[in-house]
Amino acid sequence: MNLVIQHIFRFILFILIQVFVLNTIPPLHQFIVPYLYFLFILWLPIGINRVALLLIAFLFGLSLDYFTGTTGLHASPCVLIAYLRPYLLQLLLAQETAESGYKEPGHLTMGWVPYITYAGFLTFIHHTCLVLIEWLQFGDFLYFLGKVVGTTIISLLLILIAELLVPRKEASRTGK
Amino acid sequence: MRNIFLFIQRYFTFISFLVMQIICIVLLSRSSESHHTFFSTAANEVTGRINRQYSGVTQYFALRETNRLLAEENARLRNLLNESFIDTTNRMVTLADSTLKDSSRRTRKYSFLSAHVIGNTITLQNNFLTIEKGSLQGVKKGMAVASPKGIVGVVVETGPNISRIMSLLHRSSKVSAMLKKDGVAGSLEWDGEDPGYLVLRNIPKSSVIKPGDTVLTSTYSANFPPGLPIGTVSKINSDSESNFFTLRVKTAVNFYSIQYVYLIENVFYQEQFDLEQSTPNKQ
Repeated sequence: MNLVIQHIFRFILFILIQVFVLNTIPPLHQFIVPYLYFLFILWLPIGINRVALLLIAFLFGLSLDYFTGTTGLHASPCVLIAYLRPYLLQLLLAQETAESGYKEPGHLTMGWVPYITYAGFLTFIHHTCLVLIEWLQFGDFLYFLGKVVGTTIISLLLILIAELLVPRKEASRTGK
Repeated sequence: MRNIFLFIQRYFTFISFLVMQIICIVLLSRSSESHHTFFSTAANEVTGRINRQYSGVTQYFALRETNRLLAEENARLRNLLNESFIDTTNRMVTLADSTLKDSSRRTRKYSFLSAHVIGNTITLQNNFLTIEKGSLQGVKKGMAVASPKGIVGVVVETGPNISRIMSLLHRSSKVSAMLKKDGVAGSLEWDGEDPGYLVLRNIPKSSVIKPGDTVLTSTYSANFPPGLPIGTVSKINSDSESNFFTLRVKTAVNFYSIQYVYLIENVFYQEQFDLEQSTPNKQ
């Protein structure tokens, strides 16, 4: 139960940070837009039910969309990374860790290199999908390429900072 | 039959993934085809309430600037008041009249409404503002929105108490603008690059333009009153293949810190809109 409350709290916090802090920062360049909100999906427990994961990601993306007035723009990449996440974790994790249900992906549970690979890959997929949708609405290939690379680098930096700032204990196996 | 169930059971995750993606795409296409935000009233009210709480905190930081702008505007408006002019011939009494038709047979065309901005994005490609007035207070779709410094956008969605404004910083925003010095009109858009700059297209090369020239709303616009400030020309791009300039316009409004806006209603908007729509294109 504790765990559920913790994640609900994170859900709200990530949305608020994205809407009221990161989205209000004056952009340095059109390619550099700070996105951090999807880290919520990356931090959900490893053993979570796949359909539940998809649903949570969908609701999460949609609630951000209602703040920015762009329905579906963030929900779609969120659902995509939520779908890919279990496969990637299976590849990266040792058998023993993969079966320990309530642990979260993090540098403590996974080690730095697999975690960065995991975060980097999903960040890249998320931004590619997000910018692709924008690009389909008003195309410019250089814009597409530059923005994917720029936002991915910024997001990875933010994730790294968040990882170092937020102390996350390894959740106990029995705690639910 | 059993096989179908087995199939669904086996690929349930994938199927739910597809269903959600399809929902996303439907929502996306619905919101972009009409250039309107798809917005359910319930979600509107919830995000509006949170936005209001947050802006209640941040508005204090901008109070000094807001005050200065309002004082400036007050001074300008006072200059236009009847009491500021005296009749030197001393033969006539000025009658104040607040009805729609005033004594000199003039009809009111624009009416104004002030509103507090409670939500604002600038970093996306399609930016919107949220304001704390809705249809109950008389906000209608298509109303023009301006701040004391210059124009801001157009109302696209109204709830009972909250409305959404399509900012000038929106990829489908299009406003008719003109140069102050010769009245040549072009179309004002945003290229998505810098929230401080807009793009003014279709200014013929016959007009002489210098950086620093003022850009105003044109007389052709259905929702904006003519002559509202938009910004100043900062860079002139002349494409050798066409007969038009493409101008970069520095916005008069600072979009990072909009606190209060005016909603401007053109009383004849519907009439003009209907008439322009019903005129056949081919003739």
